[in-house]
Amino acid sequence: MGITVEGANKRFGDFQALKDVSISVPDGSLTALLGPSGSGKSTLLRAIAGLEDLDSGRVVINDEDATAKPPQNRGVGFVFQHYAAFKHMTVFENVGFGLKIRKWKKPEISDRVHELLQLVQLDGLAGRFPSQLSGGQRQRMALARALAVQPQVLLLDEPFGALDAKVRKDLRTWLRHLHEEMHVTTIFVTHDQEEAMDVAEQLVVMNNGRVEQSGTANDLYEDPANEFVMSFVGEVNRLGDSYVRPHDIEVVSDPDASTEEGMVQRIVALGFEIRVELVLADGTEVWAQLTRNELQRLELREGQIAYLRPVQAKSFNGSSPSDPGASTPRGPRDEGDAEVSAAV
Amino acid sequence: MSSSRSSRWGLRILGIGYLTALLLAPLVMIFFKTFEDGLGPPLDAITSPDGLHALKLTLLMVVVAVPLNTIFGVGCALLLVRHRWKGNAIIDGIINLPFAISPIVIGLALFLLYGTNGWFGPVLAEAGIKILFSIPGMLLASIFVSLPFVVREVVPVLQEIGTDQEQAASTLGANSWQTFWRITLPAIRWGVAYGMVLTTARVLGEFGAVTIVSGSISGETQTLPLFVAKQFEQFNYAGAYGASLLLAVLALSALLAMNLLKRKEA
Repeated sequence: MGITVEGANKRFGDFQALKDVSISVPDGSLTALLGPSGSGKSTLLRAIAGLEDLDSGRVVINDEDATAKPPQNRGVGFVFQHYAAFKHMTVFENVGFGLKIRKWKKPEISDRVHELLQLVQLDGLAGRFPSQLSGGQRQRMALARALAVQPQVLLLDEPFGALDAKVRKDLRTWLRHLHEEMHVTTIFVTHDQEEAMDVAEQLVVMNNGRVEQSGTANDLYEDPANEFVMSFVGEVNRLGDSYVRPHDIEVVSDPDASTEEGMVQRIVALGFEIRVELVLADGTEVWAQLTRNELQRLELREGQIAYLRPVQAKSFNGSSPSDPGASTPRGPRDEGDAEVSAAV
Repeated sequence: MSSSRSSRWGLRILGIGYLTALLLAPLVMIFFKTFEDGLGPPLDAITSPDGLHALKLTLLMVVVAVPLNTIFGVGCALLLVRHRWKGNAIIDGIINLPFAISPIVIGLALFLLYGTNGWFGPVLAEAGIKILFSIPGMLLASIFVSLPFVVREVVPVLQEIGTDQEQAASTLGANSWQTFWRITLPAIRWGVAYGMVLTTARVLGEFGAVTIVSGSISGETQTLPLFVAKQFEQFNYAGAYGASLLLAVLALSALLAMNLLKRKEA
């Protein structure tokens, strides 16, 4: 059950959007495809929906090979970044569209549509046209429309990307609650790591058309497979060959063998959290995350010399992140990580 | 303030004056000339057997050419916009030919092609099908000259609406036929309607190409524009003006009908 993609390849002209991508999403889970733009995450989602044909590879939805099926036979609900509202139809007609195609009877359509409009808190706006709705309302309408046909899987392509910050935060909380209620297998695409960590139970990090790592937010943060995952999921400093999280840098007032000297350039107070920016003797810029109490204890000032001790540094010798052209040999560990279902 | 105001008024007067002299004055003139000697003479000309026949033939041209060009135009626009391939540039160029070539040249080309020494003429003559100097040839000419309008109106609308709505419909279970009727066509309907109005106006007014292929035989292969020309040559000005006015009214009512429908919907 769930969704499996095996060895997916997709090329657009000279651009290879997917390179031998395999993922496995467990039944009923909420998974995020996370990556920068151009990483192939949207292409992968669209391939699962049947909106893109793969050059090679397989898509399996609930144990059925869907690779050759057209989108209308895959049992997917798809939510687009820009809503894709049917502009000439009312909210009611939009949500009821899939049911009408399935030749439901009018009273049944009406019952189901109103039930869904209640769920997405748009009851009372059934007679409006999409142009009379706000962005957040349109996206909730699009979600109700996708859910109306009771899809086996729900796919969302940057669903909150076109909305402002406040609405985005509300909607993602709401999506998480919705998923807890409905338990439909859900994949959503985002480039925002905070959003992915906030909403999803598990994350698939993509870069340059490949899956870099899959796992829970905690797995990715604590045990990143390579530099790319380490720097994309969470903040990171680079010290020589190793990487260290800003909260894993200790700032002390007395030097010893394990410390490095740096000059405090800037101190930024972000509420309880303090961001201390330093420059090392070799010109490397790093920043450390301290608490307000620590800062007061150290009595740091801008322009002052301080000593840093990386508590937990990571280095990724030999396993560089995939980049176009260079095909990196991938160890068994990486392959194991690409399979979400087994681990989670 | 006052200088910008006066220059604004100057521009308005210039614009209105230009349009009046070039577009309105000739039409108003026709209107007055038509009824110079009362309703009788123009009405007699139009209701004469030849006049009525010309009107019927003109409407036949519209009834055949407009639906054909609409179906072709929408299909062709879908092909151009939704299925990108290398041949599109060539198709796009060919569609513009009727705009680029003078109608009389189009008429001559059809005349050659379907004439006794043309490529298609002898074959069709053997099968007993007469193209030149009869209605099929006139229909061919009318379809040719009015072919690009629907395509040209629909292409930009299709580009603007994008594919999101169509893809959403397909994920909701609609096949491509249902998607076309329920999503694409409603979204492009005003582009199609405007293209149809332009096609109608073009077919109603077509003169050059139809003159050549029809032979302009009174009561047989004469459309209204040809009838107007004949009346004019025979110094029957009232008849010529009356038929001209009728043509203008037909074209304007098509435009009016579309605007009324549009307003009703909005």
